[in-house]
Amino acid sequence: MSDTTTKKIEFSPEAKALVEKYISKFPEGKHKSAIISILHLAQAEFNGWLSPEVMDYVAEILNIKPIEVYEVATFYSQYYLKPQGKYVLEVCRTGPCCLRGAEDIIEYTCKKLGIKEGETTPDGMFTVKGVECLAACGEAPMMQVGLDYHVDLTHEKIDSLLDKFKLENKVSRAFP
Amino acid sequence: MADRVKILTQHVNVPGIETFEVYRKHGGYASVEKALKTMSPDDVTEEVKKSGLRGRGGAGFPTGMKWSFVDKKSGKPRYLVCNGDESEPGTFKDRYLMSKIPHLLVEGMITSSFAIGANLSYIYIRGEMMYVVRIIQKAIDEARAAGFLGKNILGTGYDLDLHVTCGAGAYICGEETALIESLEGKRGNPRIKPPFPAIAGLYGNPTVVNNVESIASVPYIVNNGGDEYAKIGVGRSTGTKLISASGHIKNPGVYEIELGLPVDEFLNSPEYLGGSWKSDKKIKAIIAGGSSVPILPLELFLKNAAGEPRLMTYESLSDGGFATGTMLGSGGFFAMDEDTCIVKNTWNLSRFYHHESCGQCSPCREGTGWLEKVLHAIESGHGKQSDIDLLVDIAKKIEGNTICPLGDAAAWPVGSAIRHFRHEFEWHVANPKLAAEPGAVYRA
Ligand SMILES: Cc1cc2nc3c(=O)[nH]c(=O)nc-3n(C[C@H](O)[C@H](O)[C@H](O)COP(=O)(O)O)c2cc1C
Ligand code: SF4
Ligand code: FES
Repeated sequence: MSDTTTKKIEFSPEAKALVEKYISKFPEGKHKSAIISILHLAQAEFNGWLSPEVMDYVAEILNIKPIEVYEVATFYSQYYLKPQGKYVLEVCRTGPCCLRGAEDIIEYTCKKLGIKEGETTPDGMFTVKGVECLAACGEAPMMQVGLDYHVDLTHEKIDSLLDKFKLENKVSRAFP
Repeated sequence: MADRVKILTQHVNVPGIETFEVYRKHGGYASVEKALKTMSPDDVTEEVKKSGLRGRGGAGFPTGMKWSFVDKKSGKPRYLVCNGDESEPGTFKDRYLMSKIPHLLVEGMITSSFAIGANLSYIYIRGEMMYVVRIIQKAIDEARAAGFLGKNILGTGYDLDLHVTCGAGAYICGEETALIESLEGKRGNPRIKPPFPAIAGLYGNPTVVNNVESIASVPYIVNNGGDEYAKIGVGRSTGTKLISASGHIKNPGVYEIELGLPVDEFLNSPEYLGGSWKSDKKIKAIIAGGSSVPILPLELFLKNAAGEPRLMTYESLSDGGFATGTMLGSGGFFAMDEDTCIVKNTWNLSRFYHHESCGQCSPCREGTGWLEKVLHAIESGHGKQSDIDLLVDIAKKIEGNTICPLGDAAAWPVGSAIRHFRHEFEWHVANPKLAAEPGAVYRA
């Protein structure tokens, strides 16, 4: 779609093997079912978001029309259609978590990073997002970062997690 | 206290129970051996019917009956799909079960797939719980290596492929037909029923969709017989139920309770929730079965309108209908203390439903947006008296007029909050300046 990328988008051999594994879970001819998993993987492989070029590449792999990929990518909240921070801090903001201080955790984290909810720090490290119930309400307040759930959050826990992420410094996205 | 019946969680804290080896040592996979070697598929279904097990995903539909509806005549492939989408606010029991004792679900899937005659089955888990997807994948791989999955299982001639797959963030994919769409690699738009999945589900073939906890209850039923299971519980509420408890209580967490446990004991005994989280703060309201069920003031939750103590059963919690009762739903239980603003909590939940509406039908798409907007106006001190009736009116217009029950799920919390806590809404309208302050709460 756009001509800004010159480098060809292609999965690593390890990722290609995973794609094969995802597709093999579905009956002959029903390979489109694997799209949900493949898009997670694509996001993890290609800078943490789904650019039009990446979506077109996924369409090519599955031998389906690009529009079929866009339809799916725009429906689900875990797919990012714009660049995000390396670490997306997805703090649950739904009722039960709010009863135990979720709003305070969002406010504290945003203040500490100098951004508003939904924004990314200028260095591209962190994005803070309020998300809906992550099925961990008994350990509220909580947030998800990549594969991990961080529960029973306090200001101190946020401080030490942010320090840890800064040290690690890599794109954190989950895939099956 | 010591001899509480535990069917699902008996072994959750055994070290290494997540591995095939330890699970097997504790009697795991016995139901597969028993069913495949000594029973016919119809025998298994019959035991599940006798058990009285009702779907644990929220609607409470009898599981055995659902299985008997599956089309076996057409000769099309049949599928069992496990619903691990668990996204109803307040509910976190399936994540607990799957991450603690993954083989229980895998065992249940094999035995249940055999009953409906499926040779290919899926466990669909919400995308956020990716670490659970990996735990289940490992359990499946182990079961396959041990000969409990694949071709000719235990030499009985029964073949089953079982796979785990994931979503990518969408509450609506918990609705069974939306889940099927998602499993087909599409947007999660619910389908118009009929046809029901039992006739035309995944890839147009007969499909049974069951909740994680429902499937995990099957091994006990097969091992001990449906009649034994039916002895647990009260009346038509048989067996045990996982309740995930959160909010302003002393002991949040997942509890396996025998259905029929007195509500008062569940809420206040130190063995269970331990009452309010703070000794000087009284609990004011309860949402007993996930965010979609009607909210109740504490008094109406503990006792029905006739003053009789309620029990943790489908029937007792719904006693009085929506006027004075609620629902057991998914077992997502959360308590709110006297410092909680009911208007704010209702607005928060409305925002959730608006965010999660798939947008296919206008009463839901537009109505949830209106509910959120008007509730926010009232909450922030910009509401009018007429807005309260407007909310009731919008909720009524959504209810029953949509393709899937998400519309109802969005309407019920609003209708019930106004029914039981109208004074809080009126206080916000009458005191806009006070209401606009952060943390504002109505006090009697
Ligand atoms: C909006 C909506 C969300 C739902 N979410 C879930 C869910 O997360 N898990 C679940 O098991 N059932 C959920 N259900 C119910 C399913 O449609 C279906 O009834 C259930 O999975 C059947 O399993 P059961 O009979 O074993 O309960 C949801 C229903 C609706 C309308
Ligand atoms: S009721 Fe809402 S979520 Fe359900 S199909 Fe209609 S618009 Fe979609
Ligand atoms: S409300 Fe936050 S995890 Fe459920």
